[in-house]
Amino acid sequence: MSEINSLQLIRDRRLVADEWEVVQSDGVSSAPTDAAAGLSLLPLSIWLERRSELLAEKAAAGIRIGVWLAPTDEPSLLAKDLAMLDLIAVHFPKFADGRGYSTASLLRLRYGYTGELRAFGDVGRDQLFYLARVGFDSFLISEGRDAAAALCSFDDFSEVYQSATDQSLPLFRRRAA
Amino acid sequence: MYRYDRHDHAIVQARVAQFRDQSARHQRGELSDDEFRPLRLQNGLYIQRHAPMLRVAIPYGMLSSTQMRRLAHITRTYDRGYGHFTTRQNLQINWPTLESAPDILAELAEVEMHAIQTSGNCIRNITTDHFAGMAADEIADPRPWAEILRQWSTFHPEFAYLPRKFKIAVSGTKQDRAAILVHDIGLQLVINESGETGFTVFVGGGLGRTPLIGKKIRDFLPWQHLLTYCEAILRVYNRLGRRDNLYKARIKILVKALGSEEFGRQVENEWAHLKDSPTTLTEAEVTRVATQFSAPDYAALPTMDAAHNSKLAEDKAFARWVQRNVHTHRIAGYTAVTLSLKTPGLPPGDATDAQMDAVADLADTYSFGEIRVSHEQNLVLADVRQSDLYALWQAARVIRMASPTIGLLTDMIVCPGGDFCSLANAKSLPIAAAIQARFDELDYLHDIGDLSLNISGCMNSCGHHHLAGIGILGVDKNGAEWYQITIGGRQGIAAHIGDVIGKSFAAQDVPDVIEKLIATYIAERLEAEPFADTVQRIGLQPFRDRAYSKSTHKAELEAESV
Ligand code: SF4
Repeated sequence: MSEINSLQLIRDRRLVADEWEVVQSDGVSSAPTDAAAGLSLLPLSIWLERRSELLAEKAAAGIRIGVWLAPTDEPSLLAKDLAMLDLIAVHFPKFADGRGYSTASLLRLRYGYTGELRAFGDVGRDQLFYLARVGFDSFLISEGRDAAAALCSFDDFSEVYQSATDQSLPLFRRRAA
Repeated sequence: MYRYDRHDHAIVQARVAQFRDQSARHQRGELSDDEFRPLRLQNGLYIQRHAPMLRVAIPYGMLSSTQMRRLAHITRTYDRGYGHFTTRQNLQINWPTLESAPDILAELAEVEMHAIQTSGNCIRNITTDHFAGMAADEIADPRPWAEILRQWSTFHPEFAYLPRKFKIAVSGTKQDRAAILVHDIGLQLVINESGETGFTVFVGGGLGRTPLIGKKIRDFLPWQHLLTYCEAILRVYNRLGRRDNLYKARIKILVKALGSEEFGRQVENEWAHLKDSPTTLTEAEVTRVATQFSAPDYAALPTMDAAHNSKLAEDKAFARWVQRNVHTHRIAGYTAVTLSLKTPGLPPGDATDAQMDAVADLADTYSFGEIRVSHEQNLVLADVRQSDLYALWQAARVIRMASPTIGLLTDMIVCPGGDFCSLANAKSLPIAAAIQARFDELDYLHDIGDLSLNISGCMNSCGHHHLAGIGILGVDKNGAEWYQITIGGRQGIAAHIGDVIGKSFAAQDVPDVIEKLIATYIAERLEAEPFADTVQRIGLQPFRDRAYSKSTHKAELEAESV
């Protein structure tokens, strides 16, 4: 029971355990973890530095690769490697910092990323609807917030005006149909 | 005017339910004040000096009589029986309780209204010309485009957490009555040589601490691309706009830092990817929306009504009202009428519930049941028969909305200021009242002629003081309220930011100073020369000399400038 309550990660609208451990740009992991399961979610700078080495490892040993982007990171720098990445995460230092929404839109709609796209940082229930619309499918709800209760906010609106990652046609094109 | 279909209804109702839940969670302590703050702001709910303030959206300033009655009902039931119309064509009510906000939103939703994105760092209410659709100088009706933009910007998922608030205005005329050059995006409808409709696009205008006139980044944007182009602008801003300093976060600062050419180049680059996406507008959608703004059922009337002409000759007070408050209409026999919210003794822009109900009745009787809110904070009946003007004038007098002063000195734009607003440095309403009391001679006011006077209670400049012939700004000096004066500002397509004349004044000196500035103007002006032109021609010095002459004894002496 306490196990369920401690799950903070929502993926495909379900609470699941998190296997990834965030590595900061100075190379330090954010949280200690029982190493067995730990996969390293690398900052863009480390990924760019070690790219060929990690790609070789992936080819040889099938390791999984995750990269996270800060609000100021340029998503186009990942464009040619998208197929090689198992996870891209976008950091929200404050929920009011909306740059990550554009980052996600670009990754999905311009560069065509189809893998897991995660929002982490200051992420809560009242951001999920918009986050899901721009293409996030995985959400690490910040500690202290009720991730289970957050699940229902995906259905806040049954109709939307704009096209986005989740809806290829704006309402006016569907209205006409 | 635009009527909601089931989709529009569903979206607004879902919003009410969502906010009801968020409010309940906040009250149960599940949402901290900090977390709740942006949520309530995106529903127009502020915490103000005395109480919460709710800002209701009036998209592009249009109201039906039914909606106006509902606003009257809301101010009566949930507030103290009055509301304040703003320069962005919205309505603010000053005394609702936090708990009643979801109920108010539900009442609004029933009449196809909302408070969505009237505050917060998102795309705000789209504003336009209060004479849209009836003006003789109109190139194309801006309202369908404003409605299309309203829908596109409502809950746009990518742009809900921008660096700062974002305001868009659309103008359908060359001269511009929508202040498009002081908006984050200003759109001017144009028709090119081949007869196609499109927009000239301006960005980065705004008032506030750093007043800037918008820069043109595109001469002609074909109408199909309106939304994708705005999306490109917003994306560049969302990604590059500053977030480290509240005062440098507006798009104008980004445009200034990059230069408008470089900013425009980045927008065009971004747009190259978005152009021709499904968000490209269709003929069908534009027609669907535009038909809802089609002209009302005008009667065929003579250009001149004989009875009206004889009333004009007989009744000087009526003639004066017609001269100032009645405007030319593109249809023969019709006029547009401004109902003044600047009656001396009443706070500028305020209307009581009884006035709102009465205006709704007048709209039903005389103007096809529609009302507009002007950014100068008056109400407009846009389609009134010339033959009805006398009766309408008499009715307007009864409700104290017939002040014959539109465009004159006392038709001031005034923000709520220190009496209500928690951001204020100084009060604005008592200054407005003192000026109205000083200039209560109608003959003198008419003799001065067109002259705008705007008052803001702080640098946020909600009263657009920079754009007035005479602008008054409340400043704080060691805890005391002072007033800085600018002159020579201008709105419209030749918009100009006024210049500060010098050190600020104490409240009791402001009416004297205004009188001296006007005396200087009257002495110096050429035949029919507008105030701002006189300032431009002769410079600040003659005004300054007079304003700071001996008799203004309390003008500040220390050299500090604010
Ligand atoms: S100008 Fe300042 S005082 Fe006036 S309403 Fe705006 S924020 Fe408040």
